Amino acid sequence: MNFKPMFAPKTMAVVGVSLGNHRHPANVIYNKALHRYPATVYPVNPRGGRLQGNRVFQNLSEIPDKVDLVVIAVRAGQVPGVLAACIEAGAGGATIISGGFAEVGRHDLQQQLVEMARAADFPFIGPNCLGIYVPEVVDTFFLPAERLVRPESGKVAFVSQSGGVLVDQMVKFAGEGVGLALAVSIGNKALIREIDLLNYLADDPKTGVIAFYIEGFAKGEGRRFVRLARECPKPVVVLKSGKSAGGRRAASSHTASVAGDYRVFSAVLAQHGIVEAVNEYQLVSCCEVLSAYPRGISGRVGILTGSGGHGVLSVDVCAAHGLTVPELSAEEQERLRSRLAGNIRQIASLKNPIDLTGSATDDDFVEAAAGLSGLEQIECVIILLLPYSPGITSDLGARLSELCRRQKKPLVAYVPHVERYRMLIEGFELNGIPVSPSIEGAIEMADAMRRCQPC
Amino acid sequence: MLDPSIDAILTQAATAGWVFEPEAKRLLKTAGLDTPAFIWTRDLPEAKRFARRIGYPVVAKIVSSQVIHKTEVGGVVTGIGGDTELERVFRRFYAMDGFEGILVEETLAGVELIVGAKMDDQFGPVVLLGIGGIAVEVYQDVSVRMAPLEAHDIPSMIDCLKGRRLISGFRGTEPVNMEKLSCLLLDFSALVMHLAGRFASIDLNPVICDARRCTVADARIMLDRGPTEEPPAGAGRKNGADPLPGPGRICLRRS
Repeated sequence: MNFKPMFAPKTMAVVGVSLGNHRHPANVIYNKALHRYPATVYPVNPRGGRLQGNRVFQNLSEIPDKVDLVVIAVRAGQVPGVLAACIEAGAGGATIISGGFAEVGRHDLQQQLVEMARAADFPFIGPNCLGIYVPEVVDTFFLPAERLVRPESGKVAFVSQSGGVLVDQMVKFAGEGVGLALAVSIGNKALIREIDLLNYLADDPKTGVIAFYIEGFAKGEGRRFVRLARECPKPVVVLKSGKSAGGRRAASSHTASVAGDYRVFSAVLAQHGIVEAVNEYQLVSCCEVLSAYPRGISGRVGILTGSGGHGVLSVDVCAAHGLTVPELSAEEQERLRSRLAGNIRQIASLKNPIDLTGSATDDDFVEAAAGLSGLEQIECVIILLLPYSPGITSDLGARLSELCRRQKKPLVAYVPHVERYRMLIEGFELNGIPVSPSIEGAIEMADAMRRCQPC
Repeated sequence: MLDPSIDAILTQAATAGWVFEPEAKRLLKTAGLDTPAFIWTRDLPEAKRFARRIGYPVVAKIVSSQVIHKTEVGGVVTGIGGDTELERVFRRFYAMDGFEGILVEETLAGVELIVGAKMDDQFGPVVLLGIGGIAVEVYQDVSVRMAPLEAHDIPSMIDCLKGRRLISGFRGTEPVNMEKLSCLLLDFSALVMHLAGRFASIDLNPVICDARRCTVADARIMLDRGPTEEPPAGAGRKNGADPLPGPGRICLRRS
């Protein structure tokens, strides 16, 4: 099946627009496509007429163009007919927004769609979903434009069983400046499932990280998914829900009792180098760091800060996550010391964690970061910045980003996220350097890189 | 194709739904795992002769179609020092429901591990390694991998255990023979793949390990009882009409 036309449509049709109700989901989708996106869009309603001055087509076959993506928003019972028309008209693919299928017990109706599509090699997303969002390209969500928070174009592809979780994560992606290559809500995932999209996204040149929100797999499907993810050259991140469900049946063996559904899920993901995000925020930070640095590390980090307390705090968090903070040799420390300004040479602590003290300036940070990231044993540098130190300016983000690009060694930063430090934060973010609003978050980013390889 | 002797053991156990311990051990031995020297008999003189031959102290266990969890009914006695004691135990077992004989076996000492497997709905056969004994479910110190295991999985499974030092040795105790433990896990993993579709879960608990051996001291194989009623995946909540998540969803932090 070819998903490409669906995810990069040049022509769209929205079937089920209302001529009277402008708040109808199909109308919301039509309006957005018409006013905000480059694709040519055709409204379809069997009664015909005009919508915003444009002709409403009575059926798909009347549309003069070949349609890349058909958005279907009609009542469940009418969907098979519309799907048949899509196939007949040679459309590229469809997203079926309509509910009223397996989720209300109509497995038969859903199965009918699957069989039709399989026979015709015709891809569709859904039913019972929000569909597709690609920044600047397409948006089939029936949520008004002014209500959505839209991340910019980027490298993260996010596939979600839940439309609500998808939209909410978009708010959080945007908040951290993480861009999307594609977001898909797959709803009942009748035809196109996680595995199909993993396969497609592995080869999609715009996608750098593939993230999933998964409630559960069908029988045996998890096994195929993890094997495919292990073969995939791009990092795969999963947020799982339904952790407390399952394993409720009284088990007659210790193994069945101890190895509950979620314990197995989590262990098998780790075994295959799939990064499990423990919550919605970690999903964002994992995607952010892995889109910048898609390769795994074994876990040796260097920590650079201007506060002794931050150094000690971060070492504790590293230890809890299984990251190591190797102490630098006396010789390595001396080489670092020689790069620093005279006034902090004698007061800075350079063992790792490195505390440059509150007297350090931008130059000291850049020099120390260069020295630290030049060490072979350090796989990732974590910088904990305290922007209230008088020697620190808002240029430091961009300067460290430039250094990171040159050194080709992963660097992640912590900067308190308040408006006052925005330029410093964007100095990192806009240069593709991951920056976290918390110390723990920055370390979790490094840990995501450690977990991004089979354990 | 299932090995014929293994197939015969499973077929015979189909009615009960689980495999008697002596039969489970015979099956494991066929698959290359180390099991203790044992005899399964209904004959007291034979039990005594065997015990004398392998040397007291011995372990005795009830074999009964009515008893899956032997410890819970006093069906396991360790440290039996002589004929008189063995006879007393035999007579007590004989009076128990569903008596199918007594299992007499050699006494083992070492670190008690659990090696287990289950057929997971989503991932198929999975293998578990943990700190064993009757408190497995209390401490839940286990690591789980999708089968088949590869050799490199084994050190990482051990590393994931809080009790890993019980295996690697601490305070002067001898470390467990890693080669034997690895072999046992890899052989077990191969067996589990071989039995996929026939079993629901397997407990080898305890597997007793020391510097020389890793031996399956007890084994329980629960057979697959056929498909259970599960709603098809993707048949979840409605989210086309109401795209926002409902309240009260829980997110458990991984410890």
